[in-house]
Amino acid sequence: MNDLIYRLQNVTKVYEGRCVLEVENLSIHRGEIFAVVGPSGAGKSTLLRLLNFLESPTQGRIRFLDAEFSAGQPMPLAYRRRVTTVFQRPILLNRSVWANVSYGLGLHGKRDQTERIEQALERVGLRDFIRQRARTLSGGEAQRVALARAIVLQPDVLLLDEPTANLDPYNVGLIEEIVQQLNQEGGTTLVLVTHNVFQAKRLAHRVALLLEGRIVETADVETFFQSPRDPRTLAFVRGEMVY
Amino acid sequence: MTLDPALFEIVALSLRVSGTALLFSTLIGIPLGAALGLSRFFGRRMVIALLYTGMGFPPVVVGLFVYLMLSRSGPLGQLNAPLIPSLFTPGAMIVAQTIISFPLVAGFTMAAVMGVDPQLRLQVRALGATNWQTTLAILTEARIGVVVSVIAGFGSIISEVGAVMMVGGNIEHSTRVLTTAIVLETRKGNFDLAMAIGVVLLGISFLTNVAMLRLQGRTFDE
Repeated sequence: MNDLIYRLQNVTKVYEGRCVLEVENLSIHRGEIFAVVGPSGAGKSTLLRLLNFLESPTQGRIRFLDAEFSAGQPMPLAYRRRVTTVFQRPILLNRSVWANVSYGLGLHGKRDQTERIEQALERVGLRDFIRQRARTLSGGEAQRVALARAIVLQPDVLLLDEPTANLDPYNVGLIEEIVQQLNQEGGTTLVLVTHNVFQAKRLAHRVALLLEGRIVETADVETFFQSPRDPRTLAFVRGEMVY
Repeated sequence: MTLDPALFEIVALSLRVSGTALLFSTLIGIPLGAALGLSRFFGRRMVIALLYTGMGFPPVVVGLFVYLMLSRSGPLGQLNAPLIPSLFTPGAMIVAQTIISFPLVAGFTMAAVMGVDPQLRLQVRALGATNWQTTLAILTEARIGVVVSVIAGFGSIISEVGAVMMVGGNIEHSTRVLTTAIVLETRKGNFDLAMAIGVVLLGISFLTNVAMLRLQGRTFDE
């Protein structure tokens, strides 16, 4: 199974005695857009933190490429740097747009990447904002800078945690387009977490429903929306309450 | 006019003693403040309570403590080790002033670091930062507060008289600094000279703070 980029086995995450995530089995393929949908509090963001190796699972193993990540076994830095996340709220450094986009490259010890930084900003339509202070940007612009800061690293996997939840339709459209291009042209694997089923439908190749920390169903996008196996999936995609 | 060389000597010693003490305080205080602000460990609250107490240490008490430690019969003075300064030397004054100012640097740094959005830490780590790079990013983000911590540390020692008087002894050409000179000249009734030295002290303090403000960079104007 060479095309697997992630494989999770019996992964659980417990916070203060409360189990927020319990994934028996989950595989993510190289080059796909994988969406995780579910109501808020279902454990979606926790899953992404595990996939970015920011927190280790309480139990179980996460296989990433040929490395393994589990409690007491941290992911080596070189692997950790092949994955990055764009969070729901763009947390920019209080510096210029340029400094924000070049920041990650600097962390990786890559300097003098002027062209790459300009390309990334071009891609998100913010070429003219290079000198601007990040604090003075609008919400949509800030999120696009956060996206540029992530894609400039050319990660193998880009994790998106509700990237458009707070944005206007124009910016949502722009970001979805950029993300799709990134996947089609760059072959970047994307894991998208959203409570917006329509976004999942528009972007994803495969979709999983997460409810109360458990994966209810994983299917390709058509099956997931047309003929889901689980009645809870059907209810969720129809916009009904599933609690 | 004949006083000029003497005054220069006093100014130079003040800057040397307080500058060196500030350097040590910064080297101790900023990492300590960052560690207290960013990590959670058993006994952290206790350390913070001690630190807060340290922020309010009366300089004379610190002076007394250092005096007892460094005196010939004190626990450190007895050792006669080359790195331990003797009483009534600038080295002893530096030790006392470091003890006075490092809790201020640490305390304000901790507060500044804790004021940074906790999400930033996650975001920076997600971009591939090591623990060390993450701490550096947070300190940079909190730079206004961190520079204030250094300013507060400096303010507390350049203006301090109790400790330097006790462990330095206000010896001419050796341990006389601006504040102890003011005390001496006032007692001698040389009010003009005392005031002149006071103005010099204020001037130094002002110029140093202007210089440090520049460290905070453009951020300060937003």
